Amino acid sequence: MIREIWYTFIDFLQTFGKLQIFFVRLVLNSPNVFLTRGGLIIKQIHNAGAMSLVIIMVSGLFVGGVLGLQGFSILSKFNAEDSIGTFAAFSLVKELGPVITALLFAGRAGTALASEIGLMKATDQLSAMEMMAINPLQRVLVPRFLGGVISMPMLTAVFIIVGLFGAHVVGVNLLGVDEGAFWQQLQSTLEMRDIYEGIFKSVVFGIVASLFAVWEGYNAIPTAEGVGRATTRTVVITAIAVLILDFMITAVFLR
Amino acid sequence: MNDKSEHLIEIRDLCYSRGHREIFKGLNIKIPRGHVTAIMGPSGTGKTTLLRLITRQLLPDSGTILVEGTDISTLNQKELYQMRRRFGMLFQNGALLTDISVFENVAFPLREHTRLPNRLIRHIVLTKLHAVGLRGAADMMPTQLSGGMARRVALARAMVMDPEILIYDEPFVGLDPISMGVIVRLVRKMNDALGISSILVSHDVQEIATVADCSFLISDGKVAASGSPDELHNTSSELVRQFMHGMADGPVAFHFSAPNYAEQLLGRDAE
Repeated sequence: MIREIWYTFIDFLQTFGKLQIFFVRLVLNSPNVFLTRGGLIIKQIHNAGAMSLVIIMVSGLFVGGVLGLQGFSILSKFNAEDSIGTFAAFSLVKELGPVITALLFAGRAGTALASEIGLMKATDQLSAMEMMAINPLQRVLVPRFLGGVISMPMLTAVFIIVGLFGAHVVGVNLLGVDEGAFWQQLQSTLEMRDIYEGIFKSVVFGIVASLFAVWEGYNAIPTAEGVGRATTRTVVITAIAVLILDFMITAVFLR
Repeated sequence: MNDKSEHLIEIRDLCYSRGHREIFKGLNIKIPRGHVTAIMGPSGTGKTTLLRLITRQLLPDSGTILVEGTDISTLNQKELYQMRRRFGMLFQNGALLTDISVFENVAFPLREHTRLPNRLIRHIVLTKLHAVGLRGAADMMPTQLSGGMARRVALARAMVMDPEILIYDEPFVGLDPISMGVIVRLVRKMNDALGISSILVSHDVQEIATVADCSFLISDGKVAASGSPDELHNTSSELVRQFMHGMADGPVAFHFSAPNYAEQLLGRDAE
């Protein structure tokens, strides 16, 4: 029993170590890919970023709308419904924007990446590249990784802007909060530090989500079942990692 | 590289196991230069694994593999890629890149490794596609091709860099008789006209007989027999005869190891 737990622990450490080495290799290969394969990165930004826009915008709109409703019902108890803009902006910029975008990104783009890479492995495409003396790391993995890393902050920004719009529609246009107060309070309370926190989170989550997607795809067992499992694991692991990291980053920024 | 070595590829005492299953137990093979060499064996003897070991997609547990006299386990990544550029490999299922067209698939190694002008690339790619009879399919996507066509495109891609060594993994499986004949002749012709060496993994005894100069029969992790196909055909060895003539009974068990048939059916093994 103890031995089993010990082996599981060792196994976990080994996997974690391999993941770190994998990450370092991705990063070390990145400058070269940037210089020589820019087109591939742009294609992947399109795949991971532009193709996720619809889901991000729709989700952002409704999350913003909910913030408007909930914010109004709570804040009106203190006669503070004018602060609804601040309430929505703080929630979106610091928490909901980066976190929900990362979760949606894992579901939309992460799964696509993991299954695509897993299937390329299962159909020997990666081996074929190896045999043609072309490094799949540079041709397949790094462009997809960078595409995700670059897309995430931009998607987060879109999510926040659309979310604010949703809160504005609900708060100002539907529930009759004063528009001037909405923007004025938002402007006077939201500081650059808060925005930096949001940007920092979105960059970290972008790296984490892309890393796990590429990693799971590349290490998938090359069968139909294995690729399916890798896809599921991508979402599960990314979600857990993002939520834990979110807690840690928030704690650090509060100091 | 040491070009004076007598053999193109030399495998010494190769051992390799996957999980608990020993696939090779002391395999010794010498593959001559400039010939078509066939590696035969019943399914599951690790023929594909052997190709992956020769090209160092896998590392052996023990034993050495020399390519042109160089131990490939000592190569660093750059040298390994240098070596692989001299190989062309045809995968069992073709392994075409599914996100680009047939033309781009064949052009892929050229675009990656050379700075040839587009017109020349087009010229080379169309010639190679013509050789496998699929010039007309240049604009199709790999998913639109049948299995046999995909394999032929993959063959065109394997030839496109004019490799010195062509490796074929089960090239004849799933081809119709006409394509089969063309491919068999193509394998032979390329080998002789271009002076390259070919390594062919297959269990199609008839086709091997027409195309190969020498062949190795692998069984139970070792070389069971070697020689020209004719020699193998007329051999006295039970095992070789069984394989070459496709007989169900003989030293090679057709059945995977299992408990006694009658006992299992009658439920006596449910102890």
